[in-house]
Amino acid sequence: MTAVAAGKKTGFDYNAMAVLVICIAGAVWALLAAAIGADAAMRTHAWLILAGFLAGIAILTGVYSNGGIDVDKREYNESIVRYGVIASMFWAIVGMLVGVIIASQLAWPTVFQFEAFPELNFGRLRPVHTSGVIFAFGGNVLIATSFYVVQRTSRVRLAGGVWPWFVFWGYQFFIVVAATGYLLGITQSKEYAEPEWYADIWLTLVWVAYLLVFLVTLARRKEPHIYVANWFYLAFIVTIALLHLINNLAMPADWFGSRSYSAFAGVQDAMTQWWYGHNAVGFFLTAGFLGIMYYFIPKRAERPVFSYRLSIVHFWALIFIYIWAGPHHLHYTALPEWTQTLGMTFSIMLLMPSWGGMINGLMTLSGAWDKLRTDPVIRMLVVSVAFYGMATFEGPVMGIRAVNSLSHYTDWTIGHVHSGALGWVGFISFGAIYCLVPWLWKRKSMFSRALIEWHFWLATLGILLYITSMWVSGIMQGLMWRAYNELGFLEYSFIETVEAMQPYYIIRAAGGLLYLAGALLMAWNVYKTIRGDVADVEEVAAQQTLQKPAE
Amino acid sequence: MAEDEKMPGDDLTGIETTGHEWDGITELDNPLPRWWLWIFYASIIWSIGYMIFMPAWPAPPGFDGHTRGLRNHSERANVAVAMSELDARRGPMFAELQRVVDEGGVTAILDDGDLLNFTLAAGRSAFGDNCATCHGVGGGGTIGYPNLRDDDWIWGGSYDAIRHTIVAGIRWEDHPETRFSQMPAFGRDGLLSRQEISAVTDYVMTLSSLTVSADADLALGREIFDTQCASCHMADGRGDTSQGAPNLTNNIWLYGGSREQIQASIHRGPYGAMPAWENRLPEPVITALAAYVYLLGGGETLASIEEASLAAPLAGQQTGQPG
Repeated sequence: MTAVAAGKKTGFDYNAMAVLVICIAGAVWALLAAAIGADAAMRTHAWLILAGFLAGIAILTGVYSNGGIDVDKREYNESIVRYGVIASMFWAIVGMLVGVIIASQLAWPTVFQFEAFPELNFGRLRPVHTSGVIFAFGGNVLIATSFYVVQRTSRVRLAGGVWPWFVFWGYQFFIVVAATGYLLGITQSKEYAEPEWYADIWLTLVWVAYLLVFLVTLARRKEPHIYVANWFYLAFIVTIALLHLINNLAMPADWFGSRSYSAFAGVQDAMTQWWYGHNAVGFFLTAGFLGIMYYFIPKRAERPVFSYRLSIVHFWALIFIYIWAGPHHLHYTALPEWTQTLGMTFSIMLLMPSWGGMINGLMTLSGAWDKLRTDPVIRMLVVSVAFYGMATFEGPVMGIRAVNSLSHYTDWTIGHVHSGALGWVGFISFGAIYCLVPWLWKRKSMFSRALIEWHFWLATLGILLYITSMWVSGIMQGLMWRAYNELGFLEYSFIETVEAMQPYYIIRAAGGLLYLAGALLMAWNVYKTIRGDVADVEEVAAQQTLQKPAE
Repeated sequence: MAEDEKMPGDDLTGIETTGHEWDGITELDNPLPRWWLWIFYASIIWSIGYMIFMPAWPAPPGFDGHTRGLRNHSERANVAVAMSELDARRGPMFAELQRVVDEGGVTAILDDGDLLNFTLAAGRSAFGDNCATCHGVGGGGTIGYPNLRDDDWIWGGSYDAIRHTIVAGIRWEDHPETRFSQMPAFGRDGLLSRQEISAVTDYVMTLSSLTVSADADLALGREIFDTQCASCHMADGRGDTSQGAPNLTNNIWLYGGSREQIQASIHRGPYGAMPAWENRLPEPVITALAAYVYLLGGGETLASIEEASLAAPLAGQQTGQPG
């Protein structure tokens, strides 16, 4: 690294050169794809990709003509976490808004049918919602909090100079490329892995950079031991890399085209897909967010973690067992029965390892239970862990073949996913952001505690409406599908079961709307806090100490 | 803990911590909760037991693919058994239905209450899963998809005609015996001028006794109808089921009965298609389905067809009173 006079900026170094080369190569590919792309969707998409790479080159030029990246080892890199928090809020609103739109499309299909915009039909918007909330919102929360937590618990500045920024902006770029691709009809039809090969390659690049930044920061730590939150973050990063690489193995039909052929076919493809899909839940939405839980709950409650031993045992048990449970998504299909048995039994063995995290989260509050009453952020974090416990109990139950024969393909599954997504992932993320915003922008507290209370109750009511309506409609749907009359014929035609679900779809849309309303209040609250407006300054939790990294 | 016997403790609980601290966070040295541990062990033991009883592990090559388990359980075998049980239960009734229809015609079903119940259940089930998407759950139809509950039939409403339509489909090019006819797109292909289409639209409306505006050129309309339409829809407008030409005199409109809709139909020449269900549904199910559609209310008996064709010349004189 070249020594710059101030000793704080990198100057134009090899790292900057590498990122510049990546951007130029990407821009050249995009230009060629726009000109000679194999299909119309590719040619359209390529212009947007080109714009992204050109923007990358422009940012890079701007930053390096100004001396380069800030790398003062005496300060934590909080700037990138600030960007991450804002990006998380932005994508939360986008992803949840699309969710409310598609819920309305299901409830009132003729009203929310946008004839002039076929790009906005349910089939195209649905992956925008799922990727928007899981990868855009959840992913940004994970990246931002992991960068914050790994610095603080290692007492060292984030490593890598320009590379954390490459991870942040590269990840946003991936999200935009993926989502616009869905709208254009570009998809490889793998659930939660819809982006086509070129977006997959880009994400691989970003993710490897993320892994290296995280690992090098850990390696330079000034603490003798690695904190438990970082185990979970690392498990999340490593496993997602593995899942992403294998499930997306494909041969492009054209090097400048938006189509590819998967390396897998038939039941192998289904198994690979659900090995990926299940462990995306396990390592993205569970392990990663447990990392958040292990830092923010003890921090906010100002209590020690309940049990170090439990954290070790449940971590390794979770890591070892989760990866086997994927086949429970394919019960009663062409998947061989022995594979289904493995998926089901490992799902059941997974219950207690999952609950280990819940116990450690809840019991950390012992001695501080009164804060549930006084601090809405603690309440959010704790309710989040409660939903985590509920969803990880429901999961193994639904993984039992006999239960699955009723629940599979019904709205029960949608309800289950949302009790985890809205309750666990959403609330733990909101709680973490409510902690982070005053810490990062050096404010005494959030702008308004009352707004946090409103957010909590609106969102809780929304979740309850959502999951209870989906339980009822899902179980009703499953029972209607399997109902035979005394003459041996199905009692209901499919379309009759669809009609019967409409009231529940309306309740679900209302629940989603409440949840979105809560997130909008939060965005306003975050905005006012960042601006420095102070409405009420009733202190509810301790300030983060202004600790510096160890030299 | 050899060198450091006393770890710092937590003031509130009195439990020792592990002695590490990260950014102000410490960890208590609590043991694993016993209930947690025992349930975890129990779930492992249960799982091992389940694996012993059920097919569970892949085996090396030469060892029959995978372990069978003590129960030798096979979901595929269970499905086969369940399907054959269902066949055993329904098969005789399907055979009886076919025999009764073959021997006594479709109306003979009405003489046997059990058979009628069975036919309606079988037909309703097949209809709901295969036909309701277009024709509606009750067969009421919508624009472009005929109502099957009334007595107006485009390709004939006898049991045999309905069954043939189901078997071969309509304008379904994959089936050699599909019902086929094509109305010209008079407007789109420039066969008639706008003014001529407007006139014949008014004339067609009068066939169903619909009100037309006072300045409608009915004489021109009739002339065009006679030269362009009558060969299929017949001079009296009562249509021809052998060509799938709808009756235009009964105010039942497949593509809508407003002036704009009728004019649009003449302009574009509708080309509605229905899939052929032969080979997609088993024969006995097609029989039940045809009988069900026939019994929905509008099925034509041989007698009623004869009656209608006798009445036709008389009714035709009055330019299309609905029958």
